[in-house]
Amino acid sequence: MCLAIPMQVVELKGGSDELFDPPVALVESDGIRKEIRLEMADRIPAVGEYVIIHAGFAIRTLTEEDAEYNLRLMRQMAEALEREGRLPGVPE
Amino acid sequence: MKVADVFRSREITAPLVEEIRATLTRPVRIMEVCGTHTMAIFRHGIRSLLPEGITLLSGPGCPVCVTPAGHIDAFIAAARLPQVTIATFGDLIRVPGSTGSLAAARAAGARVEIVYSPMDTLLLAQKEPKRTVLFPAIGFETTAPTIAATILQAERMGLTNFLIIAACKTMPGALEALLADPQLQVDGLLCPGHVSAIIGADAYRPLTDTYGLACTVAGFEPADILAGLLSLVKQCTAQTPEVANCYTRAVTATGNSKARALLDAVFVPADSEWRGLGTIPASGLVLREKYQQFDGLRQLGIAVQPTEEPKGCRCGAILKGCLLPPDCPLYGTACTPLQPVGPCMVSNEGTCAAYYRYSGTAEDRRSATTTAATVPKPLESTITNP
Amino acid sequence: MKADAIVSLDHGSGGLASQKLISNLFLKYLTSPQLRDLEDCAMLGEFAGRIALSTDSYVVDPLFFPGGDIGELAVHGTINDLAMRGARPIALSLALIIEEGFSLQDLERIIASVGRCSESAGVAVVTGDTKVVPRGKADGIFLNTTGIGIASHRYDISGKNALPGDAVILSGTLADHGITIMSRQAGIDITGDIHSDTQPLHRLVACLLEEDAGAVHVLRDPTRGGLATTLCEIAHASEVSIIIDEERLPIRPAVNTACEMIGLDPLYLANEGKCIIICEQECADALVQLLRRLPEGRDAALIGRVEENNSGRVSLTTRIGGSRLLEPLTGQPLPRIC
Repeated sequence: MCLAIPMQVVELKGGSDELFDPPVALVESDGIRKEIRLEMADRIPAVGEYVIIHAGFAIRTLTEEDAEYNLRLMRQMAEALEREGRLPGVPE
Repeated sequence: MKVADVFRSREITAPLVEEIRATLTRPVRIMEVCGTHTMAIFRHGIRSLLPEGITLLSGPGCPVCVTPAGHIDAFIAAARLPQVTIATFGDLIRVPGSTGSLAAARAAGARVEIVYSPMDTLLLAQKEPKRTVLFPAIGFETTAPTIAATILQAERMGLTNFLIIAACKTMPGALEALLADPQLQVDGLLCPGHVSAIIGADAYRPLTDTYGLACTVAGFEPADILAGLLSLVKQCTAQTPEVANCYTRAVTATGNSKARALLDAVFVPADSEWRGLGTIPASGLVLREKYQQFDGLRQLGIAVQPTEEPKGCRCGAILKGCLLPPDCPLYGTACTPLQPVGPCMVSNEGTCAAYYRYSGTAEDRRSATTTAATVPKPLESTITNP
Repeated sequence: MKADAIVSLDHGSGGLASQKLISNLFLKYLTSPQLRDLEDCAMLGEFAGRIALSTDSYVVDPLFFPGGDIGELAVHGTINDLAMRGARPIALSLALIIEEGFSLQDLERIIASVGRCSESAGVAVVTGDTKVVPRGKADGIFLNTTGIGIASHRYDISGKNALPGDAVILSGTLADHGITIMSRQAGIDITGDIHSDTQPLHRLVACLLEEDAGAVHVLRDPTRGGLATTLCEIAHASEVSIIIDEERLPIRPAVNTACEMIGLDPLYLANEGKCIIICEQECADALVQLLRRLPEGRDAALIGRVEENNSGRVSLTTRIGGSRLLEPLTGQPLPRIC
């Protein structure tokens, strides 16, 4: 029930005043940029890290390494299948 | 890292599909709790890749589907007030209440705007101080903190023309209620990735411990979903149910305490009615006393009326996975995506709406009895120009 | 013109104010001799071939957006509708219904766009009409353009002519216009390279037909409802089924990201400068190469094929090799959070 996508933090802005200058992150992906609120992020991201954004808010901060981890597990499985000779052909 | 590219490449997904086929030894029934999972499964054609023997059921994780008609009616009642502007997520625009929808109200002259973020509603309120801007607050634990943050910001700004109608719901209670129902036959739960990012994977432990249910937290890219399904199939086959987390990049065991603190600061749990499922204890969120000035029902004098489900509507049984859409007497005839009757057809993520659209190529297996109703007639386009 | 000058009911009454609006504004930008004559109708001369006629009204909101405005859409849209049946556009009419109080500066901007696009496309606006209605009776401004074209007897391009085995080509990137409009309607404040693709396609079509008219069976521009809905219409009319390949669909990364953020499906968003070409399989590669050499077709791609099955169904092979049925859009696409 929650459409949320990861985007990279390219700038951190504000933070000097909760009301007039709340902390926001400028995120970017493929040239699209958006300002994102940080009130509910589990931790404030550093520039270059990624955030998963939902409805204009960062809901989770992650490093590229965090993102790579899931991918690595899946790749390992693919390699295991390959070794077993069970890697399928490209499905039609 | 281009998420879309890597997690959608066949290089990654094909081995997962293969492994699911290889591991499945007996039929399993898996409930996709989350509407966004239903949408993603449909969008990427995942059903057409799965072997016979996996039945996917849509669960109650579709905020649009489970918001009771009475609440929708309340949103519409607010829209009809002359000084009120409704600012809402797009998801709600076409949802039918007892009579009509926000779209219909707009056609009749109400001010209804779409916002991407609840925070944008505050800008609207600032721009139009003479109007009251009301946000219908739907969503689960991923969305509710964004609304809580918005309330806090509205308080800081001293806004007096911003209101919400609190209709957010929380997951664990609903899942508990579903599973306690002996009619429900489900072997595993595909758990919502982003709700879990907030509540933590451990939130599902009681379900595994009490009901022996396999639970896997999964993300929304095709590779994530397939990895989640594989995990469930493995658990069911080995009969070793546990709570597995396949979305570690977003979900930890304990979740996001900062987000939960936001929820706690602004909302308090309350009993809540789920369309099609009835009232589930402590499964909704209402504003704390100290934020009553933002309560739209109280400030505008609107009451949420109890409503009855339309005659013949079997959404309750469908939401519990006991019935498949073609078995409902209204499916495909009185109830279609264009003219939805019950919650399961209302949103694109609802079981019936997804089923109505589901197909692979003609030869592909279908997950249940095929009826004429599942093959849609070529539809007239009823496109309205923006 | 003063920034606060507005359109009044007088401007539509046919009297002096109307005359001044026409001579000072319309004729400043719309330069065809027939229009300047200000007769009750324009004489277009004699042409050999079949006469094609198309009309469209334009009510887009917002009126001005990155990549274009309502004036551009009005010119290109009707030119393209003629081109999609292989007709060479000859002339356009332009009718406006303006709400009292509409900004004259905005009106000038729109007419300037109409003039610029008409001249650039080589299709003149030869006759027109302006009405002004009281405040509240129209939403700002409504435009209508009607176009006349001439089509050769040598070919018959129609939505009913797709044949099993045909190739499905798309002339360029998807959803550019639709996401530009929808992101504004969704109230999402994003910056990035998102802009409408509005452009005339008659020259592209002329090149295609000159190259191999017999091989081209169907041309259609996927406007409202997007690629998916338009393919459904064609499949239904031709009584075939169509299968397209997600991997081959040309989509700009920025458009894709914006769609993902707002929860919109690019297959259902409008395109205002692209066309679907259904042609004989053997000619497909050559036609794609030809298209790519044209500025209007530089991102052309072969995206699918037509199948024997007469169910009228359109299916998509997804990137991961799955299959998904595409249905016509019912109602407007809506942004979502779920």
